[in-house]
Amino acid sequence: MAIHKGRGFASINYPIGMNLGGDPSQALVHSNPDGKFMVALSSIDLGQGMKSVTRQIAAETLGVPVEDVYVDTADSDTGPHCMGSFASRGTHRVGNAVIQAAREARAVMMEAAAEELEVNAADLVTDGKGNIHVAGAPSRSITTAEASAAAQFKHGKTVSGRGIFLIPLSEVSAETGEMTPVSCFAHAAVILDIEVCDETGDVRVIEVNSSYELGRALNPKLVEQQLIGGAWMGLSHALWETTEPRYPERDHLPTDFNHYLMPGPGDIAPHNVAVLERPAPDGPFGGKGPGEMCANPLLPAAANAVFDAVGVRVTDLPITPEKILRGLRENGGARPRGRGAALAGGRSGAERRGVLV
Amino acid sequence: MAKTPIAFTHNGDERAVFVDDGQNLLDMLRRTAGDLTPKYGCGQGTCGACTVLVDGAPQLACITLAETVDGRRIDTVAGLAAGQGGGRLSPLQKAFMDNFAAQCGYCTDGMLMSATALLARNPRPSRDEVVEAISGNLCRCTGYEAIINAVLQAASGGGSAQAGRR
Repeated sequence: MAIHKGRGFASINYPIGMNLGGDPSQALVHSNPDGKFMVALSSIDLGQGMKSVTRQIAAETLGVPVEDVYVDTADSDTGPHCMGSFASRGTHRVGNAVIQAAREARAVMMEAAAEELEVNAADLVTDGKGNIHVAGAPSRSITTAEASAAAQFKHGKTVSGRGIFLIPLSEVSAETGEMTPVSCFAHAAVILDIEVCDETGDVRVIEVNSSYELGRALNPKLVEQQLIGGAWMGLSHALWETTEPRYPERDHLPTDFNHYLMPGPGDIAPHNVAVLERPAPDGPFGGKGPGEMCANPLLPAAANAVFDAVGVRVTDLPITPEKILRGLRENGGARPRGRGAALAGGRSGAERRGVLV
Repeated sequence: MAKTPIAFTHNGDERAVFVDDGQNLLDMLRRTAGDLTPKYGCGQGTCGACTVLVDGAPQLACITLAETVDGRRIDTVAGLAAGQGGGRLSPLQKAFMDNFAAQCGYCTDGMLMSATALLARNPRPSRDEVVEAISGNLCRCTGYEAIINAVLQAASGGGSAQAGRR
């Protein structure tokens, strides 16, 4: 029996949103009587941070504190239309819709402030702390709440805005087939170090090193959290999860989490993330959105790492111990490619656990 | 169906309810006692989302018969903040927030109770002891790293989780 080190590499171009255009999302923004703002969306937050990011985007655009914005995603029947929370489209598509809606609402608020201060709206600025004042003359000011109240209770105006983001459908050249399938790409590269036991076929993840280029990280902690968690979802797809039986009969189908395997807290390894920010020209404040790409590169990286460790090329997922053992038998034993062993410098997994994000 | 009267302490409050034959503790807490913090995940005792404390020990509510908690003390996430004197988060909850230790949040309540039990019996756990304590709680979103760091931060009195890293 021997433990073989393996290193796998994968890099991806990741399209944001649905291909070939279309793919709209809408947002509605309005001020309540107390001057707080409501952003209504049908874009459901499943834990990916949609509410946090759209709240930041709305506050930044409106020029009010983030505490003064509430994001309501309660009901897709009554909210403005959204294609959905998928395809890594939320930040990019919905964020752009929120900017448009917030700009319209802000314009009404600024007009109301201008009327109250008896100045030109073009001369007014927001300080982001809940005040509107004359540029260069901070003493001539009114709070955003007072401006919103004046609009609603004196001027008879709703402080509201409508937003939609729609990428035009791509034309396809009849002669060349040329088209513009995607307006915004994110990118990632992952290096995965593993150990494979040639007696049991078990794979142990030793370390993950990754680099993600995803436009501007609008909420860096959320991005880091999503990249690390998503990497383990990817590794789970690569190495653990399957609804197939281990043996031919369907009777052996997994029926619970004892048999449908996922990594537990004892299976994880250090993951060093480097986030590269290249703002997207058509993204909200340059954001693209990590989304599904946090899982994607881990799958080919795992397959490459297993090949590097023992010379077994598994082409269907997940790469279970059984498949590795069958491959080893077919090859007449382990055939390490040597990259992992050479590059890992011979350090054990336990020693390498010292390195964390 | 026969009803059995039981009395128990629920996050410090005395409660008396009727439970059905075979009714599990999770169902009783959610439907009868109205405490929705223990989550229904797998219903088979394999995911940890329903973890509550019975006399201070973590237990899977979905595979615990409700009538067995007669006379015992049940603690859930609903009592963590209340225990801090009116809605303030417990140090562990605050550490979860500081470390972004939740995404969808479905595992969070079970994680909090498993970690609460650990810190009660071992206020200065090692990283491995934290991993062991939450090993019965599955999380799809976070990759566990942030959760482990949050528990270590709470144990170190709210400072950085770095000290707990090996």
